[in-house]
Amino acid sequence: MRDRITAQSRSTDHITDHITLQVTRYRPEIERETTMQTYEVPCPKDWVILDGLNYVKDRIDGTLSYRWSCRMGICGSCGMTVNGEPKLTCATFLSEYAPGPVRIEPLRHFPIVRDLVVEIGDFMRKLTSVKPWIIRDREREKPLSDGEYLQTPDEMHEYKQFSMCINCMLCYSACPIYGLEPSFIGPAAIALAQRYNLDTRDQGAEERLAVLSEHAGIWGCTFVGECTKVCPKNVDPAGAIQRYKLQAAVESLKSYFMPRGSR
Amino acid sequence: MAEFHDVVLVGGGGAGLRAAIAIAETNPRLDIAVVSKVYPMRSHTVSAEGGAAGVIGADDSLDEHAYDTISGGDWLCDQDAVEAFVEEAPRELMRLEHWGCPWSREPDGHIAVRAFGGMTKMRTWFAADKTGFHLLHTLFQTSLKYTTIRRYDEWFVTKLLVDDGRVRGLVAIDVMSGKIETILARAVILCTGGCGRVFPFTTNASIKTGDGMALAWHAGAPLKDMEFVQYHPTGLPFTGILITEAARAEGGYLINKDGYRYLQDYNLGTPGPTPVLRSMELGPRDRLSQAFVKEVEKGRTIDTPYGPVVHLDLRHLGERKIETKIPFVRELCQRYQNLDPVTELIPVRPVIHYMMGGIHTDLTGATPLPGLYAAGEVACVSINGANRLGSNSLPELLVFGARAGRAAAEYAANSRPPGDASYALLAQANDERHRLEQLFARTSSGGVRLAALREEMQTTMEESAGIYRMAEPLRRAAGTLCGLRERAAVAAIDDRSLTFNTERLARLELSFMIDVAETIVRAALRREESRGAHQRTDFPARDDRRFLAHSLVHRRSDGGAFVEYLPVTITRWPPAERVYGRAHA
Repeated sequence: MRDRITAQSRSTDHITDHITLQVTRYRPEIERETTMQTYEVPCPKDWVILDGLNYVKDRIDGTLSYRWSCRMGICGSCGMTVNGEPKLTCATFLSEYAPGPVRIEPLRHFPIVRDLVVEIGDFMRKLTSVKPWIIRDREREKPLSDGEYLQTPDEMHEYKQFSMCINCMLCYSACPIYGLEPSFIGPAAIALAQRYNLDTRDQGAEERLAVLSEHAGIWGCTFVGECTKVCPKNVDPAGAIQRYKLQAAVESLKSYFMPRGSR
Repeated sequence: MAEFHDVVLVGGGGAGLRAAIAIAETNPRLDIAVVSKVYPMRSHTVSAEGGAAGVIGADDSLDEHAYDTISGGDWLCDQDAVEAFVEEAPRELMRLEHWGCPWSREPDGHIAVRAFGGMTKMRTWFAADKTGFHLLHTLFQTSLKYTTIRRYDEWFVTKLLVDDGRVRGLVAIDVMSGKIETILARAVILCTGGCGRVFPFTTNASIKTGDGMALAWHAGAPLKDMEFVQYHPTGLPFTGILITEAARAEGGYLINKDGYRYLQDYNLGTPGPTPVLRSMELGPRDRLSQAFVKEVEKGRTIDTPYGPVVHLDLRHLGERKIETKIPFVRELCQRYQNLDPVTELIPVRPVIHYMMGGIHTDLTGATPLPGLYAAGEVACVSINGANRLGSNSLPELLVFGARAGRAAAEYAANSRPPGDASYALLAQANDERHRLEQLFARTSSGGVRLAALREEMQTTMEESAGIYRMAEPLRRAAGTLCGLRERAAVAAIDDRSLTFNTERLARLELSFMIDVAETIVRAALRREESRGAHQRTDFPARDDRRFLAHSLVHRRSDGGAFVEYLPVTITRWPPAERVYGRAHA
């Protein structure tokens, strides 16, 4: 029993097919530009792209760098560009690309730090800028002992999909606007703002609108819709942006006709 | 030049973020740092699926939650800690609600709760089946509004700095630049989670390498109850992806190759069409995992390329129920196993899931080392005893994260800044820098791959410290680990780049894991009884006379280790037999 458990967990004996990975390499101390390196890896049916990279790292070339953690599509670490498309590499089967080769590059539109690792500081600042926390009117604040803020399943449904974002940044990598205009606040940050705006427990929409109405906020988007197509969690950031624009337009009209206090 | 913060947290998962917020709210004058080897929202808390226990129903009581936890833990829990835990858990979960956590709701808008393994009442709060994900993102996003919290994302801590018996800072590698930096502090809180990666087959993410446990152990804090390692009975083969207990709570069956609900043969009750709390498929995790091994021995499991499995059958629940109650289970099966649980059986097997043991702390999260605190899976208070109940870990990291944060805030506010001690601390930091530079400069000595050493360690651990244990394999494992440490010390690191060098991190993680593995093996060897997750085939009975006690593994200054025992705190529930599948007192 023990032997069987041990032997099988790492065994690759049952694997016959192989596939070629073409992987971006970049070590800033050594290379001035990125290069491509080729590796041959096994390709069993249940291996994902990430399993192929781990095979390289563990058995062929320990110098390859990339981010990964959960291998179950929830931590958001392992987004890369696979044959030109942004993908979560833990949720993309290698066999889909048979007979290969498969080209694995870092996420586009972000500065490359090293090999498949990109710099995400700009993304993190944008997430923070939309104030992604509950902003409640003072008079609605209540102590914990008064229990929960009631919210029906239908009310939750309004914002639920926008709360499913895992911050994998595939949408930024797919967004042609972000590619051209790095100050564009981007799909995930706008979806996150909507996640709170549409929550019945939150009254911060106006504050967030101020951030998003700036030139690089929602108005940058021209409804290309690539963000929604690549989202591995079906968040629909494009829908969030569209709703937001409508709301922003209504608010700006209101501000023409009504004094601020009466809204 | 060193950075300085009042309180430094190591780890930015659920416990670390809860602690950081607690400090910010307790004392806005304190300067807080969160140092984590990954961006906080990547932390492993994100993977928790099923839920978080906290008494909320009118038919439920704190005493019942306490009793379930204590009996589930085979009476190794400290009962004063459990009482504090069950009392504060509902408040912490409610606080998450106020911060925006999308807890699943009843039609009238109240919080919904579900049944969970080992719990006699419905008290498990959930956010569909992504509870950990929502909890972590709610905490992370909420933490962003506190300007006193400064983050060091993707910094890898290599050593705690101790001066005059007090922890006063740490050395860390800024992964992006490769620079080795020093951060001084009045207090440090370790919240780095568990160490599932010391075993070959685990639900744990790749980052779960026991870093905090090893850091504390080297600094001089003992590790407690390390022999108690939880298997989760239902992981997908190969990937180790966890199929949540909620799948069984919603009515899933575990069946062997004959389609037989085999748990009825293991004193876990009689099979009925609908789930019964604490019975059959809702029995505790350790008993279910042990039943699997017995089924393998009887030849009643199904052989696959990844070894023996049993089947989890959800087909009778129907598509509608699966889609509304456990959609993530279906998503995982389809995306990672290429099967649909609506029409097909799910192959499952026990996988390493959780460490009951960890850094020895008191009820405030304080370790025996002044200035050092710990909370969450990395710590052992202990509320989990010999076996943690499902849905107790998320409330644990909230309750004890908050407690550790408050305690560290008070300690920091009343302690001196490093001041006079700085010289000694910086000298220590300098030594650590030299150690790391030498380690990384080692040239190739003939092809020992880090991964090969890691796999050998993992195999050793499964063979000696798996579901069933015996003295001889444990003794052999201790020797193997010693050899592995020596070979790891001379293993080559091919990557010479400073920038985002993950091979260097893998080397440091391997050292941490070997240290942690050694404490597990030592504690398992010494505990000559069977209790909860620790099952010795050579000592099959529980032995309260000798072992109603926590093990503490200490590190000697010469690098060796010794084990001592600490009595369990019993308040109101004297040790009794663990009974499942029928009524209990």
